[in-house]
Amino acid sequence: MDTEKRTQHLAERLGYIRDVFGGKHNENIALLDSKLQEFNLRLSEGSISDENAALTTLEDLFDFVERKLEAELTPMDKVRIVRHPQRICLRDILENVYDNYTEIGGKDEHSIDPSMLIARAYITRRSGKRTINQPVLVIGQEKGHGEEFRNGGSVKPWGNAKALQYMKVAETEGIPIHTYVFTPGSYPVEDYPGAAQQIARNLYEMAGLRVPVIAVFSEGGSGGAEAIGLSDRRLMLSHGYYSVISPEGAAAIEGRLRHGQRAAPELIEKCAQQLRITAEDNLRMGYIDHVVTEPPLGARPYHYDFFRGLRQEIIRATDEVILGVKGFAPFRAMVLRRRRGKAETMDLDNMYVRWSLSSSAKDRLVNRRHRKFNRLARNAARDRRPVLRKLSNMGWDAWWDIYSYFKYDLLRKHQQKIAYLMEEVEAEAQVLMEKVAAPWRKITCALPGGACQSSEQTERELTTLSDWDEEGQRSGNWSYVSPRAKEDRAITCPNAGSHGCLDLWAPDLFGEFAGVCTYCGHHFPMEYQWYLHNVFDEGSIFEFNAEIEAGNPLGFEGFDVKLEQAKKQTGLKSGCVTFEARIDNVKLVVAMLVAPFRGGSVGAAEGEKFVQAAERAKKKRYPFLAYVHGTAGIRIQEGTNGVIQMPRCTMAVRRYIEAGGLYLVLYDTNSYAGPLASFLGCSPYQFSIRSANIGFAGPGVIKETTGVDIPPDYHRAYRALSRGHIQGIWDRRDARMNLKQALLTMGGRNLYYR
Amino acid sequence: MFDITQLLDEIKASPYEEIVVTAPHTGVVTFADVREGTRVIGPSGTWKEKKGTLLATIERERNQKPIHAVEKGEVKEVLRHLEGAFVEAGTPLVRLRHFLSKDEVLAIILKKALHLFVAPERAKYYFAPDVDKKVKASGASSVSLHEGMDLFIMSRMKREASLAYSGPSGVIYAVYFQHNENVDAGQPLIGVCPPDQLSLIEDVVARVQTEWEERE
Repeated sequence: MDTEKRTQHLAERLGYIRDVFGGKHNENIALLDSKLQEFNLRLSEGSISDENAALTTLEDLFDFVERKLEAELTPMDKVRIVRHPQRICLRDILENVYDNYTEIGGKDEHSIDPSMLIARAYITRRSGKRTINQPVLVIGQEKGHGEEFRNGGSVKPWGNAKALQYMKVAETEGIPIHTYVFTPGSYPVEDYPGAAQQIARNLYEMAGLRVPVIAVFSEGGSGGAEAIGLSDRRLMLSHGYYSVISPEGAAAIEGRLRHGQRAAPELIEKCAQQLRITAEDNLRMGYIDHVVTEPPLGARPYHYDFFRGLRQEIIRATDEVILGVKGFAPFRAMVLRRRRGKAETMDLDNMYVRWSLSSSAKDRLVNRRHRKFNRLARNAARDRRPVLRKLSNMGWDAWWDIYSYFKYDLLRKHQQKIAYLMEEVEAEAQVLMEKVAAPWRKITCALPGGACQSSEQTERELTTLSDWDEEGQRSGNWSYVSPRAKEDRAITCPNAGSHGCLDLWAPDLFGEFAGVCTYCGHHFPMEYQWYLHNVFDEGSIFEFNAEIEAGNPLGFEGFDVKLEQAKKQTGLKSGCVTFEARIDNVKLVVAMLVAPFRGGSVGAAEGEKFVQAAERAKKKRYPFLAYVHGTAGIRIQEGTNGVIQMPRCTMAVRRYIEAGGLYLVLYDTNSYAGPLASFLGCSPYQFSIRSANIGFAGPGVIKETTGVDIPPDYHRAYRALSRGHIQGIWDRRDARMNLKQALLTMGGRNLYYR
Repeated sequence: MFDITQLLDEIKASPYEEIVVTAPHTGVVTFADVREGTRVIGPSGTWKEKKGTLLATIERERNQKPIHAVEKGEVKEVLRHLEGAFVEAGTPLVRLRHFLSKDEVLAIILKKALHLFVAPERAKYYFAPDVDKKVKASGASSVSLHEGMDLFIMSRMKREASLAYSGPSGVIYAVYFQHNENVDAGQPLIGVCPPDQLSLIEDVVARVQTEWEERE
């Protein structure tokens, strides 16, 4: 390298340090700056005898300072490193880690979504004298520094759809998937397929992918990261971050900033610190498996040693996953195990592991993945049940396992076979009988008052969805009445201007009318207790796991107080209430996200309760209803403990659905963000009460991140319906009837309870 | 034929619209901090989702209902003596003076001066091919219309029907519809101007464009 190039390189390194520390460590930067300038001056004067030696000294000084500063990196510095244009990106990794690659699904701006990059790549390994090309599918966000069309790695819904499509391709071809997470978050547009919906679909499918998936996190922001991050082995670059929200976003929420205000840098720094977003934190909490060490102050494209190391780590992770589920590989597994934590002893390029799996190994792989995610974040929720209760619960669980096995697996199988056979015979007989009885029926029908006129009423009941009409229903005799009905005042419907609704008297509106405007049908938001008492059978609710309590696993400052307040206000211990109930004697398990408890946000406790409710429904063979009274998303104060609930609950739901269960989701009031983009959004049957707003990000966040104004009704239930997010919109007063109808019709005959 | 110049003069004599804000229903009135001469703004935002200036609040059965300005303008009169009084629906509360903008004046003149050809039913409308060619080549004003001429293609639910023009002969002066957007029945599609009046109208438009002083 000639002198000019080397000094140029040093100048870039200096600029990088300056950017990363943003005003801190000025004396070190000044020192480097003066040394570099001095060198340049002397160079131009020609007063250096040995340019090479002087430059090497200078480079050593840079190395020294970089190493020194490395020890003082704060989490926010790491965020700045990750966002820096000189940071390595997926292109660099494809160039340097893999031996050959072809981009598929479009290239650069001529792509469905340029921020999602997909490539078929090779890793070449040797087995003895044989050279073997091992194909992998590389999927990841490409920040493409300075390339506007990539949206800085924020993937639009169709980008995530593309990723999912090629994951399925990899599954068909039986090749491993390497995903690289380089995103500050997903792009919050609701256009079809919808940001939240697509992420939910990705999570659901990835939970069952029958090929090994290895994920590498560099910049992992919430939903965008989860869309490709669910994997068997999760590696993380040592200077990356993995977080539920950007530190700026957290600061905006913490500081209660209004639209357009900027958070103070100190507050942002503090939030970054408290969110526990760094690789070490995530490793400690168990959300990643291994940290890939980067050079001081983060990897940049010229750190070739780093790429070599990354290649080894990637190969090792893939090998480990495969050998872990393969039947026979004692020596190679041992080598891998022994190598862990040691310095470079063996080049994995020279050890061959076939990256394909047998069918049974694939089953083991998926099971392992489910077990892995089920274990995560278990300890982050506070479980204050006494030991005796825990033991008795475990006993009951075991009993239900045995009971269900006998009742459903053993008996039902044979019962079903016989039932199917009987059905066939019956149908045949029916046709025969029809033929025989036809002449006789003709005669009877001709007589006056014949029995063959079908009742119109029955026909209507059988063919139409229930519709609100006053007669024949409860006509306002609700067993729970909102406290707002006690106020003697009138209320104006928001549609009064356009629909000419008259003012409603609060006791009528919140009492008899169940919070529905009688003129236009506008739904005022309603307390969750209304549903508890008016949807399910009287006295049928049996709550379980009520003791599992929302906590403050990260020790987020001031959050304990807020939690205590929420607990006191609502009388609940977490934002999720799980119970068994009946609707018209159909038993079901319900998990209810309750809006008054910190916006219905989902943290470790809520996730755990949701997972356990799904397990219970699976065990008891009951249908499972997620009743979303309201959710603001993932609880940011719990950091990754919260965000991991997305894949975790999705897996629980998938296990339940695959076991043959019926999973229904019903939205009410406002439902946004993480839960929607995972375990709620993945349900094939999602309905909403008319009062609902449904979306990935609220209007404020959309405006903030994309700069686009959205229409005021962007998130209304009807828009969600036309986007295909939900399957139907119900009147609140009809919720019970429609739920019953859904339970009876959507389950199909393979449902347990039928 | 009426005199366009006279119309313009009339508008000029009173270059504003008087808007009387009335009580939407019975209740006790509380005026906001507005007085004669206060400038108020109307609803704003892309979807008019931001409310205009608060003029008054009317309360009935402990239900407070804000009354906002519906247009930009100046407060001409606040009926202060009603403060705290119980009023009936329709009682005037505030008089606003909304000064007409250039576009509004033009729209008023054109709507009066031109013959409006309205959409017979809700559908999408396109110019007939030969008309379309002319429009694209040298503008809508180059098309001269006569009774019974095939002017539009009316498109709805994969069904396309041609629509003949009816009305006085003339040229198309204003186009009120857009491609690919449904037009409701009764909405104007085009404004037609008789050829002899064309120069007059153009003249008026030019005069409005140059002379009209927009008052905030």
